[in-house]
Amino acid sequence: MNIFESKDIVKQYSNFIALDKVSVSIKEGSVFGILGPNGAGKTSFIRIMNQITAPDEGKLYYKGQSLLASHISEFGYLPEERGLYKKMKVGEQVLYLAMLRGLKRAEALKKLKYWFEKFEIQAWWGKKAEELSKGMQQKIQFIISVLHEPKFLIFDEPFSGFDPINVNILKQEILKMKDNGATIILSTHNMASVEELCDDIVLINKAKTVLSGSVNEIRKQYKDNTFTVTFSGFVNLIEASLRHQYQILSHDEKESLHIIKFKLLDNSVTTNMLLTGLLPIGNIVSFNEILPTMNDIFIKVVEGAFNNVVPNDTRN
Amino acid sequence: MNKIFIIIKREFLTRVKKRSFIIMTVLGPILMAAMFIGPAWLSQVEDNELKTIAVIDSSKIFVGSLPETDLIKFKYINNQKISDIENNFATNKYYALLFIPPSVLSSPNVVLTSNKQPSLAVRMHISNSLKRDIESLKLLKSNIDPQVLKSIETNVNVNITKVNDDGTREKKSADLQMILGIVGGMLIYFFIFMYGAQVMRGVIEEKSSRIIEIIISTVKPFQLMMGKIVGIAFVGLTQFLLWVILTMTIVTAVKSAFFSDINSYENIQSQSIMSKTEVADNTKKEDISYNDVNAVFDSIKSIDFPVVIGSFLFFFLMGYLLYAAMFAAIGSAVDSEADTQQFMMPVTIPLILSIVLIGNVTSNPEGPIAFWFSIIPFTSPVVMMMRIPFGVPWGEVILSVVLLISFFIFMTWLAGKIYRTGILMYGKKINYKELYKWLKYKNY
Repeated sequence: MNIFESKDIVKQYSNFIALDKVSVSIKEGSVFGILGPNGAGKTSFIRIMNQITAPDEGKLYYKGQSLLASHISEFGYLPEERGLYKKMKVGEQVLYLAMLRGLKRAEALKKLKYWFEKFEIQAWWGKKAEELSKGMQQKIQFIISVLHEPKFLIFDEPFSGFDPINVNILKQEILKMKDNGATIILSTHNMASVEELCDDIVLINKAKTVLSGSVNEIRKQYKDNTFTVTFSGFVNLIEASLRHQYQILSHDEKESLHIIKFKLLDNSVTTNMLLTGLLPIGNIVSFNEILPTMNDIFIKVVEGAFNNVVPNDTRN
Repeated sequence: MNKIFIIIKREFLTRVKKRSFIIMTVLGPILMAAMFIGPAWLSQVEDNELKTIAVIDSSKIFVGSLPETDLIKFKYINNQKISDIENNFATNKYYALLFIPPSVLSSPNVVLTSNKQPSLAVRMHISNSLKRDIESLKLLKSNIDPQVLKSIETNVNVNITKVNDDGTREKKSADLQMILGIVGGMLIYFFIFMYGAQVMRGVIEEKSSRIIEIIISTVKPFQLMMGKIVGIAFVGLTQFLLWVILTMTIVTAVKSAFFSDINSYENIQSQSIMSKTEVADNTKKEDISYNDVNAVFDSIKSIDFPVVIGSFLFFFLMGYLLYAAMFAAIGSAVDSEADTQQFMMPVTIPLILSIVLIGNVTSNPEGPIAFWFSIIPFTSPVVMMMRIPFGVPWGEVILSVVLLISFFIFMTWLAGKIYRTGILMYGKKINYKELYKWLKYKNY
């Protein structure tokens, strides 16, 4: 079931279009990635999801209903541009922000106690925010966004500013929330974490949706029949077994093992046929099909779009 | 609604708990009270010392006749040299030596020598006493009876009576009303600037610290703006109320401690002076002072204090609300306080103009300038407040109030539109054209 849907969202500012008919469907309990180069319209879209700004056209649905102001209490949001009141004590401001999210004071205090103990930051309660390092402030902001146990979480670049240890803690927290039934929206430039965490993605470029669907499907869709085979035996036999349907991309030799990366040129050849053909070359240690990384796909799609946009380029 | 209350509470508490607020609140009344009490207290302190002044009267006119007070005494000396006294101030305990030359009638110059700077009170006392005595002597010489001259001396009081439309009469004192008008208008001006700037700084703080987006994902930008404006309004009212209470307490406390002395001292002084003059004169003086007191009481009674205080609170609040919304919009459009200048100008000009008009309005509270500027919403809070103590026709007050309220609603709506777009804009130089475009962006 889709927990959130947008249909043909258009947002226009005076001199440019930020979003041009962007539609997404987000499954309940999934981790959904919003990807795109800088300035593509991600933040505009996220602000519309959070009801910070309104779309000029298009419809938004949450749990099958039109998106309402009252839904905000089920949303958690960690913006990309985030900060704290510098002069205000940490404890006072987390309490204030929790109460703005609709929590009662006693309830908020109880939950804050849990999170402060979990992150072992009880000592920060009475400090002013300006006394904390950037990473410390990020932790506080993360707590603020999840404190009210939202069903629908939007993280805009959540990992920026964290060291690798804290990135791991954060990832685990996100996955834990997913296990508890929350839906998580992740906007990030960290493609490795997209592969690791996201079920589905949408890729926005120049205000338009250019790619959407499940991460696995997309990676399969973008695969280009590249394989690696590691074996001990005779390299020259590979030509005989694969005939002329392949192109060798790289050949490494390590401790008498050959690692060959090749691309299959004939799409009709199945994996089994390929394996059968390879068996005579020697002792096969491993055989892998290489799926493109999200990073590759991102670059390919965005640059491809760039090339498409400038067909009349006069550089020649 | 509940969320606005949470915002108001935070805006109020964080400011009231600030050290600068507490210092201002305590220091303000002390300074104000010092302005009222200070001069009286200082003269009191100075005059506590008994001063004996040696008098060498070569003219022989004034021996034994200079009036004394309980702090200024004269000792007439016949057989000592001037230099003997002058060189021994430390041992002879004289405060000063007054030398009256024989020719004092024809050229009225006397010499006061002392080892310190003689106080103004002493100088005035000597100068006045000698002047009076010399004048009476001269009058006698010219065959004018001092009594006749006294009876000619006249003080003209202009007693203002206002005839209302229903035929009732009120006694009015324009002086008191002018003071009330100026003080009220200045206070409003001062509060609008002080707390309007606080609203602006608060908005810039939220924007530059980047906490704004976290907050407006939970409340509407308009709620945040109004919460901030109302919260700071309460800070202003609290400070004003505390100032009034503290000032009154200090003035009353100090008055009861010192002023009873001063009053008795003044009484003795005036009695000692009066004892020198004739009895007939005495009754006349009392008469005049009685009239003066009556006039002041009458004019105080003529001022409708509930109306003045009520209008002060109303125009203070509405004026603040009108300007605070504009200050909030300015704060939202810039990245730092340094960039506010170009937008501050048009907002501050009407405020400054209304202060420039103080003289014109208070001297002619029914004139066309006073009328128009007390109707135009941007200047009306300050200018109308200056007019109120003089009594303003109800029709004009209602017109001004209705215009002010509707303009406040309009400006707040306009400011809200600029605010909600501005708070999310970073690193862009904003001009008026850009602000105009923001008005058309679609938002919740």
